[in-house]
Amino acid sequence: MMAADILTGVLVLLGVAGFFAGSVGLLRFPDTHSRLHALTKADNLGLGLIAFGLAFQAEGVADILKLALIWGLAILAAGTAAQLVARSALEERAPAEEDAP
Amino acid sequence: MIGTALDLVVVALLVAAALAAVGARGLFAGVVFFVGYGVFVAIAWLRLDAIDVALAEAAIGAGLTGVLLLGAVGHLTRAGAGAPPRRPAIPLALACAGISVMLGWAVLSLPDAPGLQAPVAAALPGSGSTNPVTSVLLNFRAFDTLLESIVLLAVLVGVWALAPDAAWGGRPGLVQRVRPDGVLAGFGRLLPPLGLLVGVYLVWAGTKQPGGAFQGGTVLAAVWLLASMAGVARAPRVTSLILRAALVAGPVLFLAVGMAGALGGSFLGLRPDWAAALVLTIEVGLTLSIASALALLVLGPPERPA
Repeated sequence: MMAADILTGVLVLLGVAGFFAGSVGLLRFPDTHSRLHALTKADNLGLGLIAFGLAFQAEGVADILKLALIWGLAILAAGTAAQLVARSALEERAPAEEDAP
Repeated sequence: MIGTALDLVVVALLVAAALAAVGARGLFAGVVFFVGYGVFVAIAWLRLDAIDVALAEAAIGAGLTGVLLLGAVGHLTRAGAGAPPRRPAIPLALACAGISVMLGWAVLSLPDAPGLQAPVAAALPGSGSTNPVTSVLLNFRAFDTLLESIVLLAVLVGVWALAPDAAWGGRPGLVQRVRPDGVLAGFGRLLPPLGLLVGVYLVWAGTKQPGGAFQGGTVLAAVWLLASMAGVARAPRVTSLILRAALVAGPVLFLAVGMAGALGGSFLGLRPDWAAALVLTIEVGLTLSIASALALLVLGPPERPA
């Protein structure tokens, strides 16, 4: 019981650190693509660590599977959204670069 | 202790998101903060143990309204509308502040009574559902819900009225440009099966646990929109009979059940021994109507010549 609580605490703290790193990257990185990189990588890792940590508090296999499903869906959605934002940013940037000497 | 701290953080974030939405520099930023605000409101309802309301707020308040507003911003941008004027709307701000103060005063001066919880709990057996929220929505207060479902149709008629004459009879919304082998097309194929499962489950679970036609219907609407945006499914023509049947299914079933009740003594009254089946019937009809109406609201009126 105690070991599970400690594991949960450590993993959730690591997950929060992942979110923090992603947020710092989002605020500090210079362009859309590197900001997306920071956001998606760190947030997916952060959410994964938090879900992993919470799995030690789950009451049964069903709860663990739900946590895994939430993580999987979040990764899928974030990855897709990141691709779309990145492509849209590329399309917006392209004409400006053609104009450049 | 930790609970109070969490509540304070949620309230602070809620107020900050609301202020940011109002004070944002551009319309787009304002909408993004509004969606964030909706998520914090949903978390606040969760903290108050109002899971039904939290689900509805997350799905409709944050998700669907956010998409509608984003669509409106897109239309304004394409139409070449400039940025909104930056002068502070002082009369509006004063009116909002006044209403907020009055609401706060009303809430704080509420009597310390438990409200209608006890009478609802006493009437729950025979109401057709063991989820008190569903019982209130579809039995005790069915009149409100019936009118809500009709209002949704009226709104859709208003949106469709904006269609140019040449486009009437066509498919709603703009043409979606999607790469057939791109991530969006893949996402649009991967997610709908799971979304359908979640949407149907929410409706089914609504008679026993938090869930119901509004929450499930919004999820189903999102599935349809995703499939439509990903180019996997085309929206039917606005003149399609099947589409119109789905749109009116909920109100028609609801009215039919209500009239049957009127023959038995009271309009919209459900016979206790039939109540469970009737509640589920109304839920299924409402889900069809809510899902199609919400999706069509987001898709907008038909805009290309039919």
